[in-house]
Amino acid sequence: MIDEGSPDFLTGYRDAKLVHSVIHEIKQRITQSWILMEICGGQTHAIMQYGLDQLLPDEIELVHGPGCPVCVTSLELIDQALWIAKQPDVIFTSFGDMLRVPGSQEDLFSVRAFGGDVRVVYSPMNAVKIAQENPNKEVVFFAIGFETTAPVNAMAVIQAEKIGLHNFSILPANVLVPPAMHTILSSPGNRIQGFLAAGHVCAVMGYWEYPPIADEYQTPIVVTGFEPLDLVIGILQTITMLEEDRVAAENAYSRVVSFEGNRAAQKMINQVFEPVDRSWRGIGEIPQSGLGLRKAYKDYDAERRFDSSGINTSESEICIAGQVLQGIKKPYDCPAFGTLCTPQSPLGAPMVSSEGACAAYYHYGRKTNDVRA
Amino acid sequence: MCLGIPGKILSIYEDHGTKMAKIDFGGVSQDACIEVIPNAKPGEWTIVHAGFALNKLSEKEALETLDMLREMTELAEQEDLKHHD
Repeated sequence: MIDEGSPDFLTGYRDAKLVHSVIHEIKQRITQSWILMEICGGQTHAIMQYGLDQLLPDEIELVHGPGCPVCVTSLELIDQALWIAKQPDVIFTSFGDMLRVPGSQEDLFSVRAFGGDVRVVYSPMNAVKIAQENPNKEVVFFAIGFETTAPVNAMAVIQAEKIGLHNFSILPANVLVPPAMHTILSSPGNRIQGFLAAGHVCAVMGYWEYPPIADEYQTPIVVTGFEPLDLVIGILQTITMLEEDRVAAENAYSRVVSFEGNRAAQKMINQVFEPVDRSWRGIGEIPQSGLGLRKAYKDYDAERRFDSSGINTSESEICIAGQVLQGIKKPYDCPAFGTLCTPQSPLGAPMVSSEGACAAYYHYGRKTNDVRA
Repeated sequence: MCLGIPGKILSIYEDHGTKMAKIDFGGVSQDACIEVIPNAKPGEWTIVHAGFALNKLSEKEALETLDMLREMTELAEQEDLKHHD
């Protein structure tokens, strides 16, 4: 195979000249201060990585949203995962990010260190393969993620059923973006004036759910991608609406996202999952904000297969992750940031995941609010 | 977590009745499930997350946006030159 390199239609979205040109346009249009939230942790990471926060005009404050599944998975679910992983004859599979997330007492890494069979998988479909290869073991997959990950989590269950596997189950932990947006926008302390919606969530779901939210809270929403040019275009469109006193849900990631989204993927999610109330770490319970397995697939529910009732959970008293995830405080406002809490020894989940706001601030040296100094 | 990597579909096959594809990610080829983009063809682009194609990636839409921005940038540069004249 001849490697032709990445084509222009991909590399063009990292073109510094175009990024500067869009930032110039933002500076032309902006007349006052605006506070925007990027929902997705992947976007937070990209903003820091490319230094966009330092290139944008001072009038724009970017607040980092709760779109980091590793960060918002509840302590109860983490402790449950840890308990299941410690059971004999269990192979516990997970995305790598989850292994260092602190539970009440320990993390999945320490379970593995003490002999638990904890394996990192790239995809839940790999966990199905592990179950096929280990018929005498119970294989459990920790099904975290937003709408982006829901179809592949559903696919793993469908695949297990197709093959006739009886030793595979998932610990359902999927969460949904729109209910979280409602929670943030209706909170009395809300400061968010515009949203950059998560591009890959919308690749699956489309953005038909967003016009009513934009309308109800009079807050512009722009579906935004992950490359530096995508991010500044998303910001330009949001600022333009705010400056023109216009409210709508717009799409700045049209090469991947359509209004209706991927209907086949949505159908797959609905076949396997149904909305359930779910608790978000640091935020609390949000009604109908999670995905649980439908009755027809309850046999694949690890919560049913393993009775882990009676676990007591206790959260770190210092960590302010909940306020960081809601955009109320910045990571450097936390007394433990970079001292008691580091990626090597995290107190809260946002310091663990590469998408967590605390980890992004730590890695890219945003240690005070004086980022432009 | 919601990382999606653009890749080009090389070939399509089935595994236990599930639609799969070999996908090229800038020179590295990997398998991914393409069950929810059933009409995808070799040579087309897709966004892959955790071994699962989320949607097709439209080359045409991508280029249209870039062309528009390049035009805008050129116009701004010309304006700038005029101001300096």
